[in-house]
Amino acid sequence: MTDTEVFLQQVIYGLSNGMIIALVALGYTMVYGIVELINFAHGDVFTLGGFLALTIVGGLGAAAVLDMNTLGETSNWMLLFGLVVGAGLFCGGLNVAIDKVVYKPLRRAPKLTQLVAAIGVSFILVNIALFWGGVPMDALGGGNAAAAPKDFPEILEGTNLLGEESNVVLRLEDVAIFAITVPLMIGLTLFVKKTRLGRGMRATAQNPIAAKLMGIDTDRVISATFLIGGFLGGAASVMWSVYNNTISFQMGFRAGMDAFTAAVLGGIGSMPGAMLGGILIGLIRAMSDQYIETQWTNVVVFGVLILILVFRPSGLLGLKQREKV
Amino acid sequence: MLTRRLLTVLALTSLFAPAATFAQSVSAKPVEAGSKSGAASKSGDVIKIVSSLPRTGSANAQTTSMVNGIKMAITEVGGAIGAQKIVYEDWDDASPQRGNWDPAVEAQNADKAVGDAAVMAYIGTYNSGAAKISMPKLNAAGIVMVSPANTAPSLTKEGFGEANEPAVYRPAGKINYFRVVPTDDVQGAVAADYAKELGAKKVFVLNDREVYGKGVAGVFEKRAKENGLEIVGVEGIDPKASNYKSLVTKMKQAGADLVYFGGTTQTNAGQLAKDISSGGLRAKLIVPDGCYEKAFIEAAGNRALEGRCFITFGGVEPKALTGKGKDFYENYKKTYGGEPEGYAVYGYEAAKVVIAAMQRLYEAGKPITRASVLEEVGRTKDFTGALGTWSFDANGDTTNRTMSVNTVKSGEFVSVKVVN
Repeated sequence: MTDTEVFLQQVIYGLSNGMIIALVALGYTMVYGIVELINFAHGDVFTLGGFLALTIVGGLGAAAVLDMNTLGETSNWMLLFGLVVGAGLFCGGLNVAIDKVVYKPLRRAPKLTQLVAAIGVSFILVNIALFWGGVPMDALGGGNAAAAPKDFPEILEGTNLLGEESNVVLRLEDVAIFAITVPLMIGLTLFVKKTRLGRGMRATAQNPIAAKLMGIDTDRVISATFLIGGFLGGAASVMWSVYNNTISFQMGFRAGMDAFTAAVLGGIGSMPGAMLGGILIGLIRAMSDQYIETQWTNVVVFGVLILILVFRPSGLLGLKQREKV
Repeated sequence: MLTRRLLTVLALTSLFAPAATFAQSVSAKPVEAGSKSGAASKSGDVIKIVSSLPRTGSANAQTTSMVNGIKMAITEVGGAIGAQKIVYEDWDDASPQRGNWDPAVEAQNADKAVGDAAVMAYIGTYNSGAAKISMPKLNAAGIVMVSPANTAPSLTKEGFGEANEPAVYRPAGKINYFRVVPTDDVQGAVAADYAKELGAKKVFVLNDREVYGKGVAGVFEKRAKENGLEIVGVEGIDPKASNYKSLVTKMKQAGADLVYFGGTTQTNAGQLAKDISSGGLRAKLIVPDGCYEKAFIEAAGNRALEGRCFITFGGVEPKALTGKGKDFYENYKKTYGGEPEGYAVYGYEAAKVVIAAMQRLYEAGKPITRASVLEEVGRTKDFTGALGTWSFDANGDTTNRTMSVNTVKSGEFVSVKVVN
């Protein structure tokens, strides 16, 4: 491989991984923007999305999935689309339910209380995922080893789009990540900018009390935020599973950590910031793996984060924060 | 402003702290192997044997298999030595937040064993890194420790690890640690020889940065160089990374035609195998015995392994065992209704060698104490067990040197070569 090819390949991997991180990061940043809560359970909601996707795929039968390749590409894309919507709605609904049951009663409690509650929810969800992994199902390895990583079948054909002889590998999965995340991000931006509910969100983010006084149903806005954040997390979990072909009950931990870092890097509360942060983290990881050493990658990522927080405490695209009294 | 800063600090710390400290499933369920039940665990009344193996995480299937082996060994002597009943406890040394062995839990297990006067033998650990934690504690207390699966040479031999190894594990100055499985100085060498046999020229060596993985990868690297193979890269991977696609690209650029990974299923060997396959790296993959478990095939999927991946293992596949080993294999299938994992027979052998020592003591009319059991286990010579006839050498290692190279076909391990 020439140096250019290597660089190009790392850009592809960096972007693909980064796009997934960005989707998860949006869930953190949106919720933070509206209710000023770092929703630690978000990474674990993401995990459950992956388990749901594998359960659906397993329910369809391994044979059916293998047949996909013979049935043609359309059905593969349909399945992928169905999984994204299914897992997205599931995670969105779950996120709303968590908000209603746990966070809403604590809305006026001190921030630390809410944070600890979020961590508590995270534990509960990890255990649900652990339990889910033990369900006796072929797709879950018969449920023999609940905590073991599970193989996620290849839904999209794994051939190299640039030709088998090409050194640079671009697979349908990479394309699928772009084809799904980019429209989601554009749609989200338009939604927040143009619609009535989106305006309500921006208003609530700016000043919840004033927004309420202006007649905005802030409870509805908050629910919508959790729904959308969860939906993006669910969509990301499907992309993650299809891309890595493995899921495990702990996948949300690393994904959540990367995404949270991305959100802080881009400026927590800022949506373009989360997208930029996610993509940057993906790229930094890939470049560090290639040009430094794999074992230093985490050091590099967090080193960059610290540097940015020192020189730009509100993140790359962070807004000037309003003073809290 | 202050609140927000506090929040960020708290948020970051809690991210790095283990994310989930939920109820630890230390499954300390005593197995009543004898006829009497509910006996108080005081010294002289019962003999307690405990095992400390990873119960949480993907090694659990392997552990279940080893525990079954231990139970079989106890049942075979009727669950008692003379009038003294054997009570067996199956302890977990892993935690959910790590999904792997946990130093804190292993330390806790060792302390618990030391504190319980009835504990005469400690069977464990699975991971060499975990052994480092419990070895000095048990050594100081004079409890015999027999590992069914630790393969890091530095635990018993000088010149493989730090300058103070293995003396640091023997504060009492005596050897209390034994193992029934051949060590990685044999395993890494067998892997490197097989790499040459496969016709590899350029080798990329990876490890998971753990005691076991780094150790075996180091031995492999040394032997591979001696075999005239070119080492094109050595790296430690992040076992929690979501994928290794970027690393695979780097290995592609280096022109690697064989990748050696010193690591286990728990340290993400499955994902690595997948990414090598999907990243278009046309290279063989050799992994050590930490991947010789069904969970590895389940995690990686057959398509990423067949025709590409070779797994070395300190012994032969269960169904190829002969003599007493064959009896074990048949009995295991009859009792538990499934194929044993690779390490089941080592769990059996570890318990067997301890029980045999206790029986010798009983027959000689000597009391069964921690000290007498320790001494008697150390005297094991020409022991005929499921793994053939072997002895413990001066370091506490088995004299058994049988190794096999395995591959994966249609989702099953298949032996390709046995080295003696």
